[in-house]
Amino acid sequence: MLTYIIRRILYAIPIVIGVNLLTAVLFFYVNTPDDMARKILGEKNVTATQVENWKRDHGYNLPVFFNGAEEGAAKISETIFFRKSLPLLWLDFGRSDRNNIDIGGEIKTRMFPSLAISLPIFTCALVLDLFLAMMLAYYRGTYLDIWGVVLAVVLMSVSTLFYIIGGQYLLGKVLKLFPISGFDTGIDSIKFLVLPVVIGVLSSLGVGVRFYRTVFLEEINRDYVRTARAKGLGEGAVLFKHALKNAMIPILTNVVVSIPFLFYGSLIMERFFAIPGLGSFTIDAIQAQDFAIVRSMVYLGSILYIIGLILTDISYTLVDPRVRFE
Amino acid sequence: MPVILATDLIIFFLVGAIVYFIIASQKDGSLQAVRRELVKNRLAMVCMAFLAFYVAVALLDSVRYRDAVVGDDGKEALSEGGSVIYSPEALSLLDRALSGIRTRTEKTYSAPFASHSYAKESMEGASGGIVRGYPPLKYPRTHWLGTDRVGNDVLFIALKGVRTGVVIGAGTTLVIIPFAIFFGVIAGFYGGAIDDIVQYIYTTLSSIPGVLLIVAFMLLFGSSGYQGGLVSEVHVVWRAFVLNDRLFWLCLILGITSWTDLCRLIRGETLKLRELEYVQASKAFGAGKLGIIYRHIVPNVMHLVLITFVLQFSGLVLAEAILSYIGIGVGPETGSWGNMINTARLELSREPVVWWNLLAAFAAMFALVLPANIFGDAVRDALDPRLRYK
Repeated sequence: MLTYIIRRILYAIPIVIGVNLLTAVLFFYVNTPDDMARKILGEKNVTATQVENWKRDHGYNLPVFFNGAEEGAAKISETIFFRKSLPLLWLDFGRSDRNNIDIGGEIKTRMFPSLAISLPIFTCALVLDLFLAMMLAYYRGTYLDIWGVVLAVVLMSVSTLFYIIGGQYLLGKVLKLFPISGFDTGIDSIKFLVLPVVIGVLSSLGVGVRFYRTVFLEEINRDYVRTARAKGLGEGAVLFKHALKNAMIPILTNVVVSIPFLFYGSLIMERFFAIPGLGSFTIDAIQAQDFAIVRSMVYLGSILYIIGLILTDISYTLVDPRVRFE
Repeated sequence: MPVILATDLIIFFLVGAIVYFIIASQKDGSLQAVRRELVKNRLAMVCMAFLAFYVAVALLDSVRYRDAVVGDDGKEALSEGGSVIYSPEALSLLDRALSGIRTRTEKTYSAPFASHSYAKESMEGASGGIVRGYPPLKYPRTHWLGTDRVGNDVLFIALKGVRTGVVIGAGTTLVIIPFAIFFGVIAGFYGGAIDDIVQYIYTTLSSIPGVLLIVAFMLLFGSSGYQGGLVSEVHVVWRAFVLNDRLFWLCLILGITSWTDLCRLIRGETLKLRELEYVQASKAFGAGKLGIIYRHIVPNVMHLVLITFVLQFSGLVLAEAILSYIGIGVGPETGSWGNMINTARLELSREPVVWWNLLAAFAAMFALVLPANIFGDAVRDALDPRLRYK
């Protein structure tokens, strides 16, 4: 098991380096430090000295990949790539371009509001999706199933923006059940969290129920289910005891892949509900064109995704004994 | 003077592909079966009618030309060099056909079918004094969906969003299909090092969160080029073409983030196909590798391409609205449902509520995405019965 995990991690290293190189090319070559300086200093009336000063202050006054002016190992180490991009590998995010804030510290504090909203959404949505999907699979072929699927397709055809705007208007403004937006720490945060959680669950319900329904239907047509029925098990026991266990692989794939989004939060949800998490941090950086932050967030997201992939593979071996550590 | 945007070419290509499919399905046996399956499905036919309407509107909105500027003397104005000056406004056939509702603008908001304005104003009363009241509209009861803040007809704005939605939904996939087929087929067919490289590329790309990759690309490339609205001479190349089009960049970038799924599917299918008897047989007869790929592999992965095309369509239309909301989608001058929602959000907090803008965007999007979803399922069932109920 341990060797398997180590090998999986070794496989991930080239991918991590690839992401690092890609972001470096994008952010340093296509968009040169000069462009960056001009954008931050304001597009108009920027002198060349101002640009040079800004680049020196923020450490962008070096060549990107290779510094011919230096000696020996410094040819490689005295470059933007080595100074700015490589430290991302050990999660040293550096400072932002615009306000010079510590990005790593900011990520640590903003992670918790993001988790406070995304974890309840994730668990509620998963439980509700699975429950409804199993119900539709149980009543497959009946009017309940047909109309359930129709409703799921209708739900998934509505833009998330409408769920948010409509929910805020109806539940927040007209019925005045919850505050429209905002965030607080501790126990007070609950009243702010209910509305985004309800909307978040609702907006992903259609896609989720439809997906898990097909997963269950596929299992239900298998031979082992026929055997279970033949030995006299009720349909409920067949679904919960046998089909659910065997459906774990597609369910897990879906679950683990969404791990990055738990930390990340949802970009627009946090924006609409004024939650000071990583999502709104990213959007603010996008709108302020602070590339140091965008770069860090791109990188953090990929790291989490790769960790998710490794966890998926490990979890397969835990739920399905047929999958071996190869 | 015609003006052809890069995204217009996408629409022309889409319409061409649809026409080709219809003609080809008259002769080709397997396509005939697919068509018969679809025609039998009445719900799918209704959805197709909706989609056809949207594509038709998008096509009308993609054929555009600039009028010559007419001077005071009624003659065409000429520049110093003696060439005709064209107006920077490239009106499409849709603009011209609907010039009635396009030009009938009011001062500000008005509710659907209203006869009076939304906002009170000071005006002359019947007896001569100044009273505050709702002024009558210039064109009462003609705005089916009301007017927006600057008095434009909302129905017209919603129709202008159609082209953006269709371009994003269709264009993105059209852009990625060649890449996905090329990389997927060579990875699956040749295997070995090529397979490793292709797999490495798409794993790396798909491990970057899609939204952020789009954001990064759009920040870097999207801000130059044609943003919608008036056509400036800077963007026109070869007299009539506008190739540096922000919407086209958006398609390309959405494509880069979403080609990996299709590529993976095609690679898997090719792996299966190359071991099949008929491929082995043609190998034994001495057919070249390229010949086998062209004659046997590519035609047999096309159903995956078509399925992905229709299934991705609706998701991409929804994504456009969100990207435009974040501010990295289409430019503010381009009519789009995302931009409509963006402005409509604040209108809900007005008193009385301005709801018609949001409702129009909602209805226009829903009437495209829902039929696209249902039709997509029908196409998938018709093309690949094994996938039914999946």
